[in-house]
Amino acid sequence: MKRNSVAVVGAAETTELGRIPDMSTIMLHADAALNAMKDAGLKPTDIDGVATAGISPVELAHYLGITPTYADGTSVGGCSFMLHVRHAAAAIDAGLCNTVLITHGESGRSRVGVGGFRGGGGNSSLSGQFEAPYGPVGPPSMFTIPVLRYMKTNNVTEEDLAMVAVIQREWAAKNPRASMKDPITVDDVLNSRMIAWPFRMLMCCLVTDGGGALILTSAERAKDFPQKPVYILGTGESVETPMVSQMNDFNYSTAFRVSGKKAFDTAGIKHSDVDHLMIYDAFAHLPLYGLEDLGFCKPGEAKDFVNERNTAIGGKLPLNTNGGGLSYMHSGMYGMYAMQESVRQLRGTAAAQVPNAKVSISHGVGGMFAASGTIVFTNEKG
Amino acid sequence: MDRVLPQPTPETQHFWDGCKAGELRLQRCSDCKDAYFPPRPFCPKCGSRSVEEFKATGRGFLYSYVINYRPRPDIGTEPHSIAVVQLDEGPRMMTNIVGCPQTPEALKLDMPVEVTFETFGEIALPFFQPVGA
Repeated sequence: MKRNSVAVVGAAETTELGRIPDMSTIMLHADAALNAMKDAGLKPTDIDGVATAGISPVELAHYLGITPTYADGTSVGGCSFMLHVRHAAAAIDAGLCNTVLITHGESGRSRVGVGGFRGGGGNSSLSGQFEAPYGPVGPPSMFTIPVLRYMKTNNVTEEDLAMVAVIQREWAAKNPRASMKDPITVDDVLNSRMIAWPFRMLMCCLVTDGGGALILTSAERAKDFPQKPVYILGTGESVETPMVSQMNDFNYSTAFRVSGKKAFDTAGIKHSDVDHLMIYDAFAHLPLYGLEDLGFCKPGEAKDFVNERNTAIGGKLPLNTNGGGLSYMHSGMYGMYAMQESVRQLRGTAAAQVPNAKVSISHGVGGMFAASGTIVFTNEKG
Repeated sequence: MDRVLPQPTPETQHFWDGCKAGELRLQRCSDCKDAYFPPRPFCPKCGSRSVEEFKATGRGFLYSYVINYRPRPDIGTEPHSIAVVQLDEGPRMMTNIVGCPQTPEALKLDMPVEVTFETFGEIALPFFQPVGA
């Protein structure tokens, strides 16, 4: 993929976020898609590429009346949409299609029209044989398993984890669309209900309904669209393991490191060039892993970086400025919302706008440290 | 409610047979000699199909864990550990730590643990307990 040869020309979330009991999963995809097409001034017949996860791209294309020449059903969890952006940029560059619609929709809370599209092989998959018998109940008791090792290695305390949630709530307080806006303290976090020690409820993401969509086309065409183009400067992706117990090391994510390095290398930027950062935060430890594995902090130094308020309002590296999965929204596959916030920041339309943001990174995780995708966006054609 | 149990495949049957016989069986590569887990009939490091099974010591240390406060109905009603142990032979595996209180005070990272098996019908699951428990 070439730098800045493809741009986001349409971006939108569902009209509502949070609790949407009157919309099924596929309609959440469609609501976001229709909003993004309106944002870009396009009709379904103008779209010739589709990508989605959770539902099949076939369902999406048919539901919206699109006849694509490009379809991507990459489904590796919550960062799938980062991979879709990466693949779409390459596809547009290669001439496979001109205009790609990427959608997410998930009735995470209300569970309306939720399909059975899940990977794995039940009790005979490796995770089914060697993890499920021990009682994990989804992400809260799986994604969290590495953290005690990370905490011991790096002298990270429960208070340090709590501070991640506290600072993200400060960002959420500035965002009218955030689900949780009331200020919280470290004590509030440490007194919230125990979910899976050392994780308390306020260190875990929300479970809400919503969706989002992006539309990408060539940078050459992008200048003729109504919105300020946001260019794809660099991209990365990787996968590691479907079993959290089999990660190479619990102190870092190999997928994060590989994806992040590829994104920085292809973008040709330094860390000091980054004005704004989104790190998928299904749980409070993820921003710490992300800051280190992307190279913004040395191993073990992310907790101090956060405690010193570098990622907070007015800090040198504004992080998760929508409030994140912990306070903004989290439908299940949050990666799309991270990229929506990157686009808003670079268009200059974010609720908590970072002044003069020119380069923004959205870094996603899929599964439980299973996969990763990283997109470097910029609003400067260069 | 019956415990959620593994369904062995041709590639993992030897492991579960070993558990039933009270042995923790690992595999290692005949070429590069590295032990690995979970089971598969080739070396994940070098790709060689020349691999062998062997009886592991069943000893290791507590690498990381959570205490799940929302237990699955098939496990029980009390908070319990979901842990990863690192075996003396190198590989790590998920398990439950049994034979001690399910508290942060009793579940010390890096403490030595040893395998113990519990039978559920056709399957024996490998659990780990503090050495000497």
